Amino acid sequence: MPQYMMLIYTPNEGGPTPEEQQAEHPRWNAYTEALGEAGVMVAGDALEGIDTATTVSERDGETLLTDGPFAETKEGLAGYYLIDVPDLDAALKWAARIPSASYGSVEVRPVRVFPEA
Amino acid sequence: MSSESTAAVEAAFRRERAAVLATLIRQLGDFQPAEDALQEAFAAAIVAWERDGVPASPAAWITVTARRRAIDRLRRDRTLADRIERLKVLAERETAATEAEGPEEEPSAVPDDQLRLIFTCCHPALAMQARVALTLRTLGGLSTGEIARAFLVSETTMAQRLVRAKRKIAAAHIPYRVPSDEELPDLLGGVLAVLYLIFNEGWFASGGDRLVRGELCAEAIRLGRLLHGLMPDDPEVAGLLALMLLHDSRREARVDGHGELVLLDDQDRSLWDRGRIREGERLLEGAMRRRRPGRYQLQAAIAALHATAPSPQDTDHAQIAALYGELVRRAPSPVVEVNRAVALGRAEGPNAGLEVLEPLLRAGTLEGYAPLHVAHADLLDRAGETALAARAYERAAACAESSVTRTELQRRAAALA
Repeated sequence: MPQYMMLIYTPNEGGPTPEEQQAEHPRWNAYTEALGEAGVMVAGDALEGIDTATTVSERDGETLLTDGPFAETKEGLAGYYLIDVPDLDAALKWAARIPSASYGSVEVRPVRVFPEA
Repeated sequence: MSSESTAAVEAAFRRERAAVLATLIRQLGDFQPAEDALQEAFAAAIVAWERDGVPASPAAWITVTARRRAIDRLRRDRTLADRIERLKVLAERETAATEAEGPEEEPSAVPDDQLRLIFTCCHPALAMQARVALTLRTLGGLSTGEIARAFLVSETTMAQRLVRAKRKIAAAHIPYRVPSDEELPDLLGGVLAVLYLIFNEGWFASGGDRLVRGELCAEAIRLGRLLHGLMPDDPEVAGLLALMLLHDSRREARVDGHGELVLLDDQDRSLWDRGRIREGERLLEGAMRRRRPGRYQLQAAIAALHATAPSPQDTDHAQIAALYGELVRRAPSPVVEVNRAVALGRAEGPNAGLEVLEPLLRAGTLEGYAPLHVAHADLLDRAGETALAARAYERAAACAESSVTRTELQRRAAALA
């Protein structure tokens, strides 16, 4: 079955307060459990905030480090789930149930399959 | 080459292409190889039918030949990750076909395949432009160049749009299936929106090749008939087909000898296509008996009242206003409100119409929408407010999209001033 990466983006500003995030925890737990029970969960994690990010690039043999995310955007990557489902429709249904979908957004990307050698 | 076999190939191509393609896509699990194989099969048909005569079932011949070509290609193509799996599925089907009555007996088109194809082409995960292009290319009979000309983009742009859409369907595994009953209403709404958009694109031709634009209306109606044939019990499918036929009945009357638009009230009603009107009415009656009204049935009912009225004066404007009211109630839209105001103004007098327009004019959301100001001007004029009417025509002229319309609106403003 195809795998899909659900990239979870939340607003960098104006999102839920720390208290609201705390209150949201049970819903995330329930969602992760639902993925497990349906047997579609491959992996999933929440990420620390974009203010903890370091961006690395290699140019002319030199390693460049930047404090912060790759690009300044309104929404930042906050976490991901990797799921294994029959088709895009199934993946989109799971994505719509992600707790932060009501104030952020979820990018659903198929995992690329390389031809046999 | 005998013209008979060439004509047979051409006829088979026109008649069977979409149906055979729909089945091949299911069997091959991908759009591009199905299209390539089909192309090769038609090329092979020109040679084989000339040599051996036209087969009893041209469509079955094409399907089987295309599938065999696809198997050959798959054997050679090592870049596909799942080619072994695909080859296995195809080989099994090939054995099954041979063990049955032979290739000639194989059903060439499964009606459900065309439904699958429609729902995949109109999948909500594809951009609207991509859905329209893909639907016209795979289900309709238009070439990439023709679609490009109709939508005023270069052939390269349109070809890239199609390639990108097909790539997404394959890579993201957009399913190839008829939606479940529970998903159907939403997804069918999306399909109907694509067909209506194709029709409107042809109907309100703002530019481009008029002939090709006319083909868009014809294609939308053809696709509407196809969908109605596949889903005869759905009243909104019938409603949309009725709506398109009823509009299309006025095709000859809405453009004058100089290629300029003629308004409904000024059209020569003897030019309206009675056959289309009757067909539209019959479809609408059948749909309404199911007692599940929807936006397309309501719009078709409005179009039917216009189409069957002997003159603009003898039109049931009160009923039309009520139908617009029902449309607004279902899906609030300021544009539909303008239409309701016009109908009400005719049914009950200009002041009734002005009352409906008042909040729209105050809200300002339609400030740049010419039809709002035209309706306003007309109602003011009939209410005896000539000076205000002239000003409203000037506002309408300022937001008119075409120079022909602008000149006409300026003329009306000047006549009142």
